[in-house]
Amino acid sequence: MELIPGNDVKTLATSAIYFPLITAFLLLVLGGRLESSPIGKRVRGWTGWLASLAMVRAFASAVILFMEIVGRPEHRRTVSIHLFDWIEVPGLAAGFDLLIDPLSVVMLLVVTGVGALIHIYSIGYMRGDDRFARFFGYLNLFAAAMLVLVLADNLLLLYLGWEGVGLCSYLLIGFWFDRPSAANAAKKAFIVNRIGDFAFLLGIFLLASAAGSLTLGQVNASAGALGAGVATTVSLLLFAGATGKSAQIPLYVWLPDAMEGPTPVSALIHAATMVTAGVYMVARLSPVFEAGDALIVVGWIGALTALWAAVIAATEYDIKKVLAYSTVSQLGYMFIAHGVHAYSAGVFHLVTHAFFKALMFLGAGAVMHALAGETDMRKMGGLRKVMPVTGWTFMAGWLAICGVIPFAGFFSKDAILASAWEQGRYDLWAIGVVTALLTAFYMSRMYFRVFEGRVKLPEGVHVHDAPPTMAVALVPLAGLAIVGGAINLPGLLTLEHFLEPVLGAAHVPEGLVAWVLGGVALFVAATGILVARALYGSRAGSVRRRTLYARAPWLVDAARNKFYVDELYGRTIVGPGKRVAAFATDVVDARLVDGFIVGTGRTVATVAERFRRFQTGYVRSYAAVFLFGVVLILSVLVVRVS
Amino acid sequence: MTELPILDITIFLPLLGAVVLGFVPREREASLKWGAVGVTLATFVLSLWILLDFDPGSAAFQMVSEVSWIPEWGISYITGIDGISLWMVMLTTFLMPLAVLASWSITTRVKPYFVFLLVLETGMIGVFCALDLFLFYLFWEVTLIPMYFLIGMWGYGRRIYAAMKFFLFTLAGSLLMLVAILFLYFAPGGDPTFDYRELLGTSFALDVQRLLFLGFFASFAVKVPLVPLHTWLPDAHTEAPTAGSVVLAAVMLKMGAYGLLRFAIPLFPDAARNLAPLVIALSIVGIVYGAAVAMMQKDLKRLIAYSSVAHLGFVTLGIFVGSATAMNGGILQMVNHGLSTGALFMLVGALYERRHTRLIADFGGLSATVPVLSGLFLFVALSSIGLPGLNGFVGEFLILLGTFLVYEWWVVPAAFGIVLAAVYLLWAYQRVFHGPVTIEENHSLRDLGPRELVMLAPVLVLIVAIGVYPKPFLDRIGPSAEKVTHQLRESSVLPGTPGVADADADAAGEGEAP
Amino acid sequence: MNSVGPGYYLVLATLMFTVGVVGALVRRNAIVIFMFIELMLNAVNLAFVTFARMHGEIVGQVLVFFVLVVAAAEVVVGLAIILVIFRHRASANVDEMNLLKW
Repeated sequence: MELIPGNDVKTLATSAIYFPLITAFLLLVLGGRLESSPIGKRVRGWTGWLASLAMVRAFASAVILFMEIVGRPEHRRTVSIHLFDWIEVPGLAAGFDLLIDPLSVVMLLVVTGVGALIHIYSIGYMRGDDRFARFFGYLNLFAAAMLVLVLADNLLLLYLGWEGVGLCSYLLIGFWFDRPSAANAAKKAFIVNRIGDFAFLLGIFLLASAAGSLTLGQVNASAGALGAGVATTVSLLLFAGATGKSAQIPLYVWLPDAMEGPTPVSALIHAATMVTAGVYMVARLSPVFEAGDALIVVGWIGALTALWAAVIAATEYDIKKVLAYSTVSQLGYMFIAHGVHAYSAGVFHLVTHAFFKALMFLGAGAVMHALAGETDMRKMGGLRKVMPVTGWTFMAGWLAICGVIPFAGFFSKDAILASAWEQGRYDLWAIGVVTALLTAFYMSRMYFRVFEGRVKLPEGVHVHDAPPTMAVALVPLAGLAIVGGAINLPGLLTLEHFLEPVLGAAHVPEGLVAWVLGGVALFVAATGILVARALYGSRAGSVRRRTLYARAPWLVDAARNKFYVDELYGRTIVGPGKRVAAFATDVVDARLVDGFIVGTGRTVATVAERFRRFQTGYVRSYAAVFLFGVVLILSVLVVRVS
Repeated sequence: MTELPILDITIFLPLLGAVVLGFVPREREASLKWGAVGVTLATFVLSLWILLDFDPGSAAFQMVSEVSWIPEWGISYITGIDGISLWMVMLTTFLMPLAVLASWSITTRVKPYFVFLLVLETGMIGVFCALDLFLFYLFWEVTLIPMYFLIGMWGYGRRIYAAMKFFLFTLAGSLLMLVAILFLYFAPGGDPTFDYRELLGTSFALDVQRLLFLGFFASFAVKVPLVPLHTWLPDAHTEAPTAGSVVLAAVMLKMGAYGLLRFAIPLFPDAARNLAPLVIALSIVGIVYGAAVAMMQKDLKRLIAYSSVAHLGFVTLGIFVGSATAMNGGILQMVNHGLSTGALFMLVGALYERRHTRLIADFGGLSATVPVLSGLFLFVALSSIGLPGLNGFVGEFLILLGTFLVYEWWVVPAAFGIVLAAVYLLWAYQRVFHGPVTIEENHSLRDLGPRELVMLAPVLVLIVAIGVYPKPFLDRIGPSAEKVTHQLRESSVLPGTPGVADADADAAGEGEAP
Repeated sequence: MNSVGPGYYLVLATLMFTVGVVGALVRRNAIVIFMFIELMLNAVNLAFVTFARMHGEIVGQVLVFFVLVVAAAEVVVGLAIILVIFRHRASANVDEMNLLKW
């Protein structure tokens, strides 16, 4: 059954954006006032429910929209919606235009679905916090910006969402701004992202001038006409923006620090949605990337990031930081997929990753909530016994990310690795396999330390399982982490097939090769889990760990210090930058430029000081000078006349 | 349409108000303040009428009134507006009531303060409307004196030094302009005239044009200010009272950019084209340099002052790059900068009224004690660093896009200025509003009161409005921007002038960027 | 009478002027300097009249009247000032009046 074409899609799509946007506005403008009012104590809980309701409503719109799109024949699944004009100058028009097609609908579902769950979770998680309403205002604002990003029909509007989510990320990382570390992390996130956005903006300029349009459809249609050089340059610039937003080498450094924000924020923004914006963008502009050679870079950056972050994650003790580096690593995976032209596999992994990583972040949040904010896994143990809901759901996320069949991560990861193999990119495939091994290892390490073994708690903590509002988010996500892979089961409901009109057909190996590759993936996952169990899940683990550490202490120490990348950037960029700025301020501006001006003034004053001595006050000396002058002038005249 | 010379009434209404205020006894401070609010508001309402009457489709001067003034010397009173001056006038009349509201804490010599403020308004509106060079020069200098006194008498700290520096810089520049104006006056074949529209038709050899251009440029570049003529600005901004800083940043700097648009380019198009690379280079240096220096400031007002140097660099870049896109952006950015920097100065002024310090180190953790103020400060700062969806982005995007179309590589340092803007503003924001409250006095600060909210709300609304729907603004700027771009680009061909090509048209040209 | 040509008048005027200049420079009493200045003015007057006569023009003579008027005004103002200073300081020595300096 088809609804009224165009018009109704428009209502659905815009309502998905407007609901969170309006609640965000209300909560941010009136929320603070409400909380400080006499009835504030009683009504503040409702602000969280209001925000969640807006997200649920947006999710409902997304679901209906999805049904509508699925119900249509393939060639009618793309709808452009013009809302109103934005920037319009001769030669360039970019309006508030939305694009509804299979890809954006998938993103819409993920953002609103996971977003709604995390909103509900936050009601429990943030209960004790001041500025409860403001938190939900920010969350809603984020959701609105993210929806603009995924629904945008032109690059400029996409950029609006892109920067908008960056802003919300800044606000939410710095939500506990009284902690200097949080304030620093927020600023770092914004500025590092700005560096990426700088390249992104240059890419937009180049694309606007070369393609003559910023509308996604037109850009993609004319991608072939750009010429390989321009296409490569554009792609690299846009991808540089993606390395900022999606935390890839070299701009990934902000994401681990971003864990200073409240945990639901990490789950929503820094795992499930915002950080995948780069992945989405590359998939969205895949024809442009295909037109040049940039995909080689994309694949390699993704692979290196995946490996690099996995190594760091394996030595990290902070549970949120493990998850953060894991996110960086998994995002790298998605870029590997793009690098081997398997865009739908990348998006598939994006979706499953959103499920299980959000789940694990929320689980970690529940742990922190129970343990008075403790994040050091060395102080935990056996928590599954005391907080079963959290423990069991976390286990689902853990098995999913490790890539154990039939959990969601297995299918998506396998799709990426198989695509790499199929494209003959054995180098990327090998890195992917090693990363999968490391992933299984560090995740199991964390799981065993935190949830298995003897019950171990920080001192003086009264532990409790996740309250209902939090559990209500954990359980559905755990379900999705378990069965989420089914959305792309070959021959059944295939996401790849659904995305095909946008992202092109997927090329995956078939027959024996497929089975062997799947087997390899399972084998490395099992190996990783077993090694971790041997090191962290058994009595002899600590001795083994010590011998292992003694083999390569430098490597472990370096990884523990995050390979000193922050220090490197501090030394090579931030420090010199500050010195240059200080030089410009203290020497160039104060001494040279202003010094020259003030110096001119002073010179005039000094000269005047000398000359005023001529004013002796004696009338007769004036008269004498007068006479001298007259004689002089007269004699000059006489000489000139004669 | 209307027979009423609405434009001229708008120009002189504040002056009339100043005269009336002159008769109010000086003890009646409340009447003086509310009187000033009334006059500036009435002026704003009148200017809304102008806005409504304005025909957006035309690039010609509208609402022109012409009165012979001193016919013996060819001096007339001619006023009129086009799409460029329209927004400058609107900006002025819009911000003046807010500047008056920002002056509530003035308690000494209240009467002359508001009289000066009103005279200043007449001067500024006059500058934007005058179409006779003599009249323009007159208004130009009229703005100088009230501002000199506002800084010198109601300023802080080293106010005398700052006022003197402001005065000398501006005067030195405008004297060179006067020489150029007089040269123009005597130059054309027929009767000597100051009429701008007649002078547009005269043409000179390139060498002469260049000298004349530089004469005007000296005055405008000081006002904008372009690096390295900017050092009066931090001092003047810092020591001026809040309203002074607001007016200085929001309107008076625009007088420089406006002068370039209205006089320097159309009167001497060949020279403008010839010297455009120089101006562009100075603009880009200003963008990066202003940002770098702003980063290191310890005083909030100085920081904002240097950020103005960077932002005005964007404006002059847009004006001189020679692309209609960038020109549109540059003119819009003049309005944007007026709004966001004006609001920033109001907020810093509010902070100063509470703590009597502007040093960043004296603050910290204010988000906890004054949440509304800190939220609004962030909002305005975001507009200033060009967050899409707020006004700053629209202007900067158009400027940079236009620049890219003409000079691919020069856009790189200019665009990097946006990164630097985020660095210095967010760093300052962090030091002032984030972190724990370390200084005892900061615990007991009042948040923004109703007067301050009323003063800021209109600016915030406009910031969003321009950011989301700039069309009404761009529509009216468009024709005039197009015209100036045309004048800059279609000047008689000069060999050996690189760059300013007809790049808007062949967008598909070679795009071998990085 | 014809033997006394215009040359004599001019020589006399020059002499008067020179005496005036030297006197104004070397004397210290303000009143005396004043009188020497008058002498210079009158030397110029004499020259004007002479030239007017030589060229048969009236302009020179007209100018003499101007000079006379200005000189009279000057005497009035100047003497008044000197008188005030004298009352104040009991001296008319110009070398003691050097307050108007840097």
